[in-house]
Amino acid sequence: MISLAARDIAHSWSKYVFTGIGLGLLIGVTLSMAGIFRGMVDDAQVLLRNSQADVWVVQKDTQGPYAESSSLPDDVYRSILGMPGVQQAANVTYFTMQVQHQGKDIRVMVVGFKPGQPGAPPSLVAGRHVTRSHYEAVADVKAGFKLGEKIRIRRNEYTIVGLSQRTVSSGGDPMVFIPLADAQAAQFQKDNDAIVSGRERTAANPAFNRPNVPGLLEAVQMSQTTSHNVNAVLVQVRPGWDAAQVAADIQRWKHLQAYTYADMEEISVKKLIATSAKQIGLFLVILTIVSTAIVSFIIYTMTLGKIREIAVLKLIGTRNSTIAWMILQESIGLGLVGFIIGKTVSTLWAPAFPKYVLLLPLDAVLGLLVIVVVCTLASVMAIRAALKVDPAEAIGG
Amino acid sequence: MADNTTPAIELRGLRKRYGSGDTAVDALKGVDMRIAPGEVVGLVGPSGSGKSTLLKCLGAVIDPTAGQMLLGGEAIFDEVWKVKDLRTLRRDRIGFVFQAPYLIPFLDVTDNVALLPMLAGKSNKDARRRALELLEALDVAHRAKASPSLLSGGEQQRVSIARALANNPPIILADEPTAPLDSERALGVVKILNDMAQQHQTAIIVVTHDEKIIPTFKRIYHIRDGKTYEE
Repeated sequence: MISLAARDIAHSWSKYVFTGIGLGLLIGVTLSMAGIFRGMVDDAQVLLRNSQADVWVVQKDTQGPYAESSSLPDDVYRSILGMPGVQQAANVTYFTMQVQHQGKDIRVMVVGFKPGQPGAPPSLVAGRHVTRSHYEAVADVKAGFKLGEKIRIRRNEYTIVGLSQRTVSSGGDPMVFIPLADAQAAQFQKDNDAIVSGRERTAANPAFNRPNVPGLLEAVQMSQTTSHNVNAVLVQVRPGWDAAQVAADIQRWKHLQAYTYADMEEISVKKLIATSAKQIGLFLVILTIVSTAIVSFIIYTMTLGKIREIAVLKLIGTRNSTIAWMILQESIGLGLVGFIIGKTVSTLWAPAFPKYVLLLPLDAVLGLLVIVVVCTLASVMAIRAALKVDPAEAIGG
Repeated sequence: MADNTTPAIELRGLRKRYGSGDTAVDALKGVDMRIAPGEVVGLVGPSGSGKSTLLKCLGAVIDPTAGQMLLGGEAIFDEVWKVKDLRTLRRDRIGFVFQAPYLIPFLDVTDNVALLPMLAGKSNKDARRRALELLEALDVAHRAKASPSLLSGGEQQRVSIARALANNPPIILADEPTAPLDSERALGVVKILNDMAQQHQTAIIVVTHDEKIIPTFKRIYHIRDGKTYEE
């Protein structure tokens, strides 16, 4: 038996292809939305993975350092190093700022780290790691800098010595890694007027400006212009130790907040992007409903255009199931054409998005299954119309 | 078992009533008809006389209200349908030729004809061979691969006749088959119907208003107010 659907499609292929292109663009948008959501989740996860930490120690009663601000004295890490099960503990700072590159503003997350410690940039795609104590930086390729270029962070310029890849904040901003001391200074750096004003206010305080204690005022003023805080301490546990137990011990004995990888994933993925996820989820549902409505309408219209032929087919003995199968095949065929176009365009335009779009093969397979279901549902109305056609309509009007 | 004297189609007191009660309309009021194999008869009548209703009853697409309908001596309707599957009855035992050819536009000429044998379970190869034989006989084999929309009106009508003959049915119902054609082509179609009826021993009922072709029928049934009168 010949395929009536294939013949009908071949007969009106241009109408079919143009409809498929329209549907394909809609499917492309749907796949891209799913990709944007996956990209957000991946950004959050890649931030955690790149930290190379098993436990994040942050200010008590905060969910820092990514979801909330957190501030810790920079000598806390020493006491953490002495805790059972701790192999490495390193200070890190994170702050987001706008930097200039070739006349354009770029939003980056500046990471202060100690070379060779948790929080350092993972493997580089070009250049070398930071080896000097000051004014060297490693930047994510997405920031657009090239090796040897200068990046200005607050008052200082840093030479880009290495380039990393997929090192981004949970918001998708590229990271720039600089030495910890520089980052601490930059993060809490005051402008000159504020420094002068602060010094005057301290000098006016008789408790700090005692005539019979030389050097006290200068010491106090010095302490006010330098920062000894960090945002978090990243901890790696010894092999065989349970990170959750180490985190619980730190929390209990050091009166700090300590999160395991799972805790941080909960905060970063489920809490931080929960609203965005709901937003995108709702958008996906709306797009699916719109796609169903469009396919329904197209297939229904195409079927109505064949009412006379369907009446003739029924009159000459074609089974209802054969006619229903023809409509269903055409509907699913339209969906498949749309899917191929949608997958192609979503892959082509994904790199043009400013944020990371992660198109997972699994999502594509899932999308394909949804399209098959949607097209099946969409054909119901047309099949009902076709089955209602009276074969007598072919005779005598 | 049918023999040579057994009519291809026979109607005995066939009635059809639409609606019920005060609004009931008797479209057929006891139609009698008897057509032998290989015979071509005309069915003539004014609008509203019951031609279309009779054709639909004969085509098993509406249910008669009463009477008998025999096909090759076998009662297919006797107050109720005696065959379970009317779709199969239409496919295998009744051919249709319409006023407009109503060819399936997305199938080529061959497959328009081959579709019926395929629906009846023949292989694509056998069905196409049968289609080509008929197209050859009807002198349209040279358009076998063409799309129906590229055929002239006369060619389309010949293809629709080939389709009606594809499963070798004992009866063909032709609903004003010459209406859209000029005199020459109309007479050509009637000749083809006569030839095919003779060749395939098929009874053909031609519903027509066409004055040009009415004189060509050896027998004519007139239908008026739901009753038939043989001329």
